[in-house]
Amino acid sequence: MKEQELLVNDLVVRFSNVNGTGSASANEMFAKSIFRMGIPVTPKNIFPSNIQGLPTWYEIRISEKGYLGRRAGIDLLVGVNPQVLRRDIDSVRPGGYFVYDSSKKLYDEFIRDDINYIGIPMISLAMGEYESARLQQLFKNIIYVGAVATLLDVEIDVVKEVIAEQFAKKPKLIEPNYKALQLGIDAVKENYSYPLNVRVERRDKVGDSILIDGNTACGLGAIYAGATVMAWYPITPSTSVAKAFETYCKKLRVDPETGKKQYAFIQAEDELAAIGMVIGATWNGARSFTATSGPGVSLMNEFIGLSYFAEIPVVLINVERGGPSTGMPTRTQQADLISSAYASHGDTKHPLLFPSTPAECFEHTVKAFDLADRLQTLVMLISDLDLGMNNHMSPPLKWDDDKKYDLGKVLSAQDLEEMEKPFGRYLDVDGDAIPYRTIPGTHPTKGSFFTRGTSHDEYAKYSELGEVYLRNVDRLAQKWETAKTLVPQPEFYQKENRSDIGMLFFGTTTYAAMEAMDLLEAEGIVLDSIRVKAFPFHAQVEDFIEKHKQIIVVEQNRDAQFRSLLINEMDLDPVRLLSVLNYDGTPITALTIKSQIEKHMAVAM
Amino acid sequence: MSYVKPLFHHPSLKKNKVGYVKADYEGVISTLCAGCGHDSISGAIVQACYEISLEPHRLAKLSGIGCSSKTPTYFLSNSHGFNSVHGRMPSITTGANMANKELIYLGVSGDGDTASIGMGQFVHAIRRNLNMVYIVMNNGCYGLTKGQDSATADFGSISKAGSDNPYQGIDLAGLALELNATFVGRSFSGDKSQLVPMIKAAMAHPGFAFLDVISPCVTFNNNKGSTKSYSHVRAHIEETSIFDFVPHQEALTVEYDKGTSKELELFDGSKIQLSKLAPEWDPTDRFSAVNRLHEAKANGQILTGLYYINTESEDLHGKLGTVDQPLNKLQQEALCPGSEKLEEINASFR
Repeated sequence: MKEQELLVNDLVVRFSNVNGTGSASANEMFAKSIFRMGIPVTPKNIFPSNIQGLPTWYEIRISEKGYLGRRAGIDLLVGVNPQVLRRDIDSVRPGGYFVYDSSKKLYDEFIRDDINYIGIPMISLAMGEYESARLQQLFKNIIYVGAVATLLDVEIDVVKEVIAEQFAKKPKLIEPNYKALQLGIDAVKENYSYPLNVRVERRDKVGDSILIDGNTACGLGAIYAGATVMAWYPITPSTSVAKAFETYCKKLRVDPETGKKQYAFIQAEDELAAIGMVIGATWNGARSFTATSGPGVSLMNEFIGLSYFAEIPVVLINVERGGPSTGMPTRTQQADLISSAYASHGDTKHPLLFPSTPAECFEHTVKAFDLADRLQTLVMLISDLDLGMNNHMSPPLKWDDDKKYDLGKVLSAQDLEEMEKPFGRYLDVDGDAIPYRTIPGTHPTKGSFFTRGTSHDEYAKYSELGEVYLRNVDRLAQKWETAKTLVPQPEFYQKENRSDIGMLFFGTTTYAAMEAMDLLEAEGIVLDSIRVKAFPFHAQVEDFIEKHKQIIVVEQNRDAQFRSLLINEMDLDPVRLLSVLNYDGTPITALTIKSQIEKHMAVAM
Repeated sequence: MSYVKPLFHHPSLKKNKVGYVKADYEGVISTLCAGCGHDSISGAIVQACYEISLEPHRLAKLSGIGCSSKTPTYFLSNSHGFNSVHGRMPSITTGANMANKELIYLGVSGDGDTASIGMGQFVHAIRRNLNMVYIVMNNGCYGLTKGQDSATADFGSISKAGSDNPYQGIDLAGLALELNATFVGRSFSGDKSQLVPMIKAAMAHPGFAFLDVISPCVTFNNNKGSTKSYSHVRAHIEETSIFDFVPHQEALTVEYDKGTSKELELFDGSKIQLSKLAPEWDPTDRFSAVNRLHEAKANGQILTGLYYINTESEDLHGKLGTVDQPLNKLQQEALCPGSEKLEEINASFR
C-alpha cells in the first residue's frame, strides 16, 4: 500500500453505529470540536426510520476550503456496527483508515489489503471501567472519540471543553466522560503512531458562523415573525420545527409575572386538523403556522385550496423527505415541488420559498409570514431533511430591530367607520388584486363577511354566475403577478454573464453546486450560475434564462420537477433545459453535478 | 342565491339591552326546503342571541359542508362567518379560538359532517374541551346529495326509498358523554321553548357545549317508518327536565316544585334552573346521565334536554396556560425577542 500523503483539513470521517446507543451526541461533540478549531465542517446524520437496533451513520466532511456539500470517498471510518461491517469496510477509499472495535477478532474475510486497520478494544476498555451495560455502551462512544481525536490530531482540550458544555447541567457526568476519552487516547498512543497523515489543524476559517440545523432556525424564525399559534402533527423530518418553536417559546414567550404563555402550541389529531387550525387562527388575526412533510401536505390539500380561494394567509413549512408514499422517510429529496406549487384541486398555485442555509431558513420563515399576510394566501417554505435535520455551518441568524411586520391589508374599526363605500372583502380597491380583510370582533355592525370555499362575489356573497366567478379567479391570477414582485430575488454567482450556459439550482443543492463551479472552472469549464429563492419566478430568473442558450437545472428528484415548473410557468422550449439529477436519498455531491454536466457537454452542447 | 331581507325595521320594535332589535340578529332568507327543521334552529339561535343581548361581533359562526352548514348565512349577518370544508369545522374553530379567546364560537354541523367525515375532528375538539357551542342539526340523512342514510340514522329506520337501515346509528350525544364532554344535551327543532334556553346555557358554558338537535328533513326523511320524522319524534320525545336559563344578575321567574328542582350556577354567574322529571338523574353526575340516556333508549324514547354539565370545566386555553390577553391582540413589541436575544442564541450554537 502506498503511503498516505499528508492531507490536512480535507477529509471525510464516518461513524457507523447502531441507532439508539447514544452515539449521536458523541459524534456531534466530535464535529463541534473540529468546528471550534476554526475548520469548516458539515456533519450529516444518516439514520433509519427506527428507534433502536438499526444501522445509523454520522458523516463529517472537514473542508478548509469551506465546501459544505457532501463528498463521496471516506477517509476514515469508525465501524462499531457488526451488521454492516462488510459494507462499511468496502466504503473506505483505497488508502483510507478503518477504525474498529478490536475486543473481538476481525476475521480474515474483512481484511482489505488497500486500507489501514486500527483496532481499539473499545468495549473491553468500557467493560473494565463501567458496570452497567448501558454505561459501557455510552462510554464506548466516547472512547472512540478519544481515539479518533488523537489519530486526527484534534485538540483534546477543545474536545474536553465541548464535553463540559454538553454536560453542564449534569456535571457529575463530566469526569467519567473525560476518563473514557482518556482511555481512547491512551489506546492509540500506546499502540499506533499518531497523528495520521490525514489530520486536522487549527485554522481561523469559520468566522462568526454557527452550527445549527434548519428546523431549529425555522422554529426561531416563526417566533421572531410573531407567530402565536402553532398546530402540527408529528412527521419526520419536520417534527423538530415544532419542537424548536416550543422549546424557544418556553424561553422567550412566557410572561415572567404570570407564567402564562404568549403562544398556543397544539399537537393536532392529523395534518388536516393542523392546517385547519392554522387557517382558523390566521382568519382570526393571529400569525400561525404548521410544519409537515410530503405525506402531510398531501393530506392538507383540501384545506390548501380553501386558503387559496378564500384568501386566508397560511405559513406552511414543508421539510421534504424521500417519496413517493411513505418512501424513504429518513432520507432527503427535493421531490415535492410540483405537488407543493400546485397543491389542491382546481386552478391553484402557491408561493414557495427555497432556503439553502439555516440562516435563510430563519430569514425566509419570517419572510413567509410577511408574504402570506401581504398576499393573503398560503406560502410554503420548502426545506428538506438534509437542511432541516442536519447541523450546518451557517452565517448567524440576523434580526433587524427596525423591521416591522407586514401584516397586510387589515381594516381596523376606525377604518371601517371612516369608509364611505360598503366594505367588500374581495374587492380590488388598489389595483394590485389584493383586497382588504377584517378580523372577527372588530366592529359591532361593520365589516362582517362570510368566508367560504364556494364561489363568491366581491362582497363574499355566494354566486355561481360565470361572470362573477371569472372576475374572482382572474383577480387571483393577477395577484400571482403581484406576488412575483414581492418574492426574494435570485442570487447570482458572477458579476456579469460569461457563458451561454447557465446552471440553475435552489435549496440544499447550493453547497454542492458552488463546489462544482470550482471543480469545473479548474478544468476550464466556465458557466454562469443562478440560485432561485422563490416561486413564482422573479423577473430576474426569466431574464437569466433568456440570456443563456442552455440552462442546466440541478435538482434532487427523478422527474426534474423544477425544470417542469420553469417550462410551465415561463413557456420555455424544453430543449433548452437540461437536467442534473440526484435522487438516491443522499444529498447531492459536487462530483455528481460535475460529471453529469460533463456528460451533457460531451453530447455537443 | 342569497335573497336580501329588507333592512328597514319598524321603530316600535323592542331593542335589547345593547340596543339591537331581533332583526339585527337575522341573516339572509333561507334557501332550505319549506318546513326544514334547520330553519327553526336558526330561529332559536337568533332568539337566544337577541335575548342575551349579545353584541353581534362578539360571536363567530362556523360550519362545515351540508344543508346544516349553510344555515350560518341565515342568522347573525353582523357576525363573521366561516363555511369551511366538509367535516373540518372543529379544527377551524380550534384555531380561531386560540387566536382570540374573547369571542363566542358557534359551530354548526350536520350528522354527515360530524358523525362521518368529521368524526375525528369532533372527538378531538371534545378531548381538548374547546370553548365552543357545537350544534349538530341532526336529520339522519344527507340532504344536499338527495337523502342517503347518514351515520346517525337509527337501526331499522326506513328511508324515503323504503329500505331499512341495516347499521347501528351513532348517538352523538351518547358519544360526547362517553368522551367526557363538559356540556351535553339533546333537543328538537320543534321545541323552541327548550332549545332557546339550552343554546343560551351552552353559550355561557366555558368549554365544549354539545347540542344534538333532531331536525327533521322534510324532503328526504319525514316519511312513515323514519325515526327522525316530525311525527315519530313528537310521539317519542321524553324530556330530562323543564329547563330554563337565567342570565347573570337576573332573577328567576319560574317557581318549580322544590322536590325536583335544581339550580346550577355557571362560570359567568348565570344560572340554569331545572325541574327534574326523573329523580335518579343528576345533571352534574355523568354516570347518571349515561344511565338516564340508556334507559330512555331502551324504552324507545327520544330523550331531550340537558344531559350533563361539568361546572368545573377547564377549557383548552386553561389547559395550555395562555395569557389572558387574546393572542391576536399581542403586538410585535411583545412577540419579537429582538436582535440582542438572537445574538445570545447564535452564541449558543458556536
